[in-house]
Amino acid sequence: MKRFTFTLVFLLGVLFLSAQDCDKTLTGQVIDFHDGVPLEEATITFNNKTIVTDSNGTYTINNLCAVSYAFTVSHVDCNSQVFTIDISKVSNKDFYLEHHLNELDEVKVDGDKTTKTSSSQEETINKNIIERYSSGSLGDALKEITGVSSLNTGSTIVKPVIQGLNGSRVLIMNNGVRMQDMEWGDEHAPNIDINAAGKITVVKGASALKYGGDAIGGVIIMESNKAPAKDTIFGKTLLTGSSNGRGGSLTSELIRSYENGWFFKGQGTLKRFGDVEAPDYVLSNTGVFEKGVSATFGVNKFTYGWDAYYSFYQNEIGVLAASHIGNIDDLIASINSGQPDIIRDFTYDIENPKQEVTHHLGRLRYFKRFEKLGKWTTQYDFQLNQRFEFDIRRTQERSEIPSIDLELTTHTVTSDFEFDSKPNYKFTTGILVRYQENFANPLTGVRRLIPDYDKYDVGAFITGEYDLNDNVILDAGVRYDFNRIDAQKFYLNGRWEDRGYEQDFSDIVVDRNVTGSQLLTNPVFDYHNISATAGVQYTFKDEYQFRANYALSQRAPNPSELFSDGLHHSAARIELGDLRIDQETSHKLSFSLIKNNKKWGWEIAPYANFIKDYILLEPVDTELTIRGAFPVWEYRQTDARLLGIDAKLYANWHSNWRTDHNFSLVKGHETDDEQALINMPAPNFNNKITFAKPDWYDFTVSLESQYHFRQNEFPSNITVFSPDAGENVLLEVNTPPDAYHLLHLDTGMKFKLGTISTLNLGLTINNIANTAYRNYLNRQRYFADDLGRNFLLRLSINY
Amino acid sequence: MNLRKFLAMFFVGGALLLTSCSDDDDSTPVNDEELITTMLVTLTDGTDTVTLRFYDEDGADGPTEPVPTVSGGPLKASTTYAGSISVLNESEDPAENVNEEIEGEADEHQFFYVTNDLGITTAYTDQECDYNEDPCEGSNARPVGLTFTLTTTEDTGAGKLRVVLRHEPNKDATGVSTGDITNAGGDPDIDWTFDIGVE
Repeated sequence: MKRFTFTLVFLLGVLFLSAQDCDKTLTGQVIDFHDGVPLEEATITFNNKTIVTDSNGTYTINNLCAVSYAFTVSHVDCNSQVFTIDISKVSNKDFYLEHHLNELDEVKVDGDKTTKTSSSQEETINKNIIERYSSGSLGDALKEITGVSSLNTGSTIVKPVIQGLNGSRVLIMNNGVRMQDMEWGDEHAPNIDINAAGKITVVKGASALKYGGDAIGGVIIMESNKAPAKDTIFGKTLLTGSSNGRGGSLTSELIRSYENGWFFKGQGTLKRFGDVEAPDYVLSNTGVFEKGVSATFGVNKFTYGWDAYYSFYQNEIGVLAASHIGNIDDLIASINSGQPDIIRDFTYDIENPKQEVTHHLGRLRYFKRFEKLGKWTTQYDFQLNQRFEFDIRRTQERSEIPSIDLELTTHTVTSDFEFDSKPNYKFTTGILVRYQENFANPLTGVRRLIPDYDKYDVGAFITGEYDLNDNVILDAGVRYDFNRIDAQKFYLNGRWEDRGYEQDFSDIVVDRNVTGSQLLTNPVFDYHNISATAGVQYTFKDEYQFRANYALSQRAPNPSELFSDGLHHSAARIELGDLRIDQETSHKLSFSLIKNNKKWGWEIAPYANFIKDYILLEPVDTELTIRGAFPVWEYRQTDARLLGIDAKLYANWHSNWRTDHNFSLVKGHETDDEQALINMPAPNFNNKITFAKPDWYDFTVSLESQYHFRQNEFPSNITVFSPDAGENVLLEVNTPPDAYHLLHLDTGMKFKLGTISTLNLGLTINNIANTAYRNYLNRQRYFADDLGRNFLLRLSINY
Repeated sequence: MNLRKFLAMFFVGGALLLTSCSDDDDSTPVNDEELITTMLVTLTDGTDTVTLRFYDEDGADGPTEPVPTVSGGPLKASTTYAGSISVLNESEDPAENVNEEIEGEADEHQFFYVTNDLGITTAYTDQECDYNEDPCEGSNARPVGLTFTLTTTEDTGAGKLRVVLRHEPNKDATGVSTGDITNAGGDPDIDWTFDIGVE
């Protein structure tokens, strides 16, 4: 194509040359479209002649004839452009070139800058790590990042925890769209296929204000592989098989792009596992059937672009049969026995209790770049999240009807402008408008845990970054968000009285005579949230970087924290929200000192997060029912303090040998009485030794040791009445399990197939010693051990 | 610059989107279909009737404390009582008789009457086949426990009687068919302990 253009230009030039009257002159400048800077040493070629611009970017071409000429204008790193000019009419012309050829995704204007913020703690995992977790989940892969752990329900429902915080405090950006997938529940994992991501960045805190102001825990930014603006087609297929769970996954991706900016991309994943196994027994009913498809197409041009993206995700997840308990005596029996009470033969069947989740995501995006100004991006996205939870109910007929049936629909429009034309500072400003509707299907025959509601969000932000000098970058930002939640909530009369709502909220009652001794209320709550950040990045002695950041963020309570009331069947506990719960406010200070060179490097990253009115859910009591006693878990607010440190070190001892060492620790306490917060991850210490030999088909082998300490700081247990024992007993619901140590092995090789394709082979053995262990942050720790040894074979072809 | 114009349009559009979406349809109330408010255990020796009643007006979901009552006086020593149990959802009008549901899936349900006090023993007097048309053999001959006998000894004093209804129990496990709950498994629909006395 390019060659053809040149030929055409040449021929046209020859043609025009035959005209007369050749005393015209053309003058002007060659200018960078992006920032208006004149381009020195740009070349203008016509008729085999080449003119070069001077230091002011100006040029003069003499002896032109009064006809049309085609000029090819080029500059280092720019795409050449052809301009046709009629010299009989024009004598002065400025040519604009684009240095920063934009892709539709995030721009990296500064060549060496790859982070999302300048001053906060963050870390990125790349394609290689993502591929290793292809058959796992997002939460599993993110644990590769120091300071990130997970809150699990078994091994398949994995919620990321960033520096001790999870759920609504962790915001997940999937291809530029903030996931709205009922993140409020402990047993709700992100509805995301990890294979759709090309890289994943975790910002450990609320500093990335562009994405939202309520990320008290942090932001997880998943970005897909970009389509380059050139004529190409490439893709990959990845097949995995695991011994534990006796299943595997297949994922495939294909990207086609054209020089004219058009691109198409498709990706799909299928995962199927049967029951996974602990070292000593089968974890019955823990199978998974996951499907994910995404497609995108669009145009990615010089000054503008647009794309359309759609993704579909569906997951059917079995919940450990033994974790389904009837009442508190079952829980006590389970804690005491140390063995699951239901162990069946291995099967691929997924029975009740189980979850079926579906997530649709659609996005339309448009960007335009303005000369000497910046880039404007506008986006609309649509999400539909559906969640069914099936339980073991009194009759089989009822068991076919989900106990939880929620449909969450979200529409969001965002628009932002990035002013990036100045060399030493840039700022970004944007707005957001969102409408969300939750529909809780009444046909479940179970009182709703989460009510029907409408939610409205409006937000605006401005962030800026200033390069003080070559070594110092300052960044700051402020954001405002308004949230309104308008719910239709039924309360049992008894509960309404019991919670003291009649005194405080009698004005929201709509109907006092609802069937089943209930009343209908219409709570409408408004929240105004301010978030702000300021920080500095200081680079010194080439190898060192220091980052300091302060982030203020406010988060409005989620529907679960406000409205939960009643028996949560799948958790066998009574969960009580509180209408009085107000937003929580976090002040987080974080620092990191980083050293990097070829031989070795390290990072020390301490932080302090002071959260006013921190919302937590903890066991407080029991309620007697005809089914026996149930633990009551109640939401409450308290001032909390989280102090922690993430540290890592790597060393290249030899050209083939490398070691990696990571440590993370977080301590969470209530500030007034120093009581430990519930569900704080225990410290962990990872050490890895890697041998790499590029000559042997890129052979690598690594052995990793993970030591998980016991969490010694936990809230006190509760005393409950056990109908079985006929007396009060201590329910050790908060007691953490013992420390444990795991060993993992990973090895891989890469082979060339023809000129462009490569074949990667990999084998991972997790939990080599087949150690039986339980993790404090696994909700099934009361019932069964965690996963035993697993052989995982990986085969990928890039083409 | 038409950016300004676009932004203006954009805001208007956003406002329209928001206003057009807010429908105020009232939500439909849900009653717990599996609610059990009342359990009545009736024990009769032909002349006297002792009734053990459990009542929880708002069921497992609600905070109201359940009220157990024993009427008809203490049990008599050395007596065999014919027992029956009735399970109701009185939050509906007329009250829903949950027994029908249990009879309909008799093979998936079983009651247990558990006590270690005063030498009291219980025994089943019904079979699954009492609630269906199939012949009384094989698994269809297993007990359900909607009717039973309770026999006191000469020991007198205070004791406890635990009444349990399990769904999806392992009815074939050792001892289950004679009323031993140890190996029954399954999930409880009812698990309540009454204070009783024998004089």
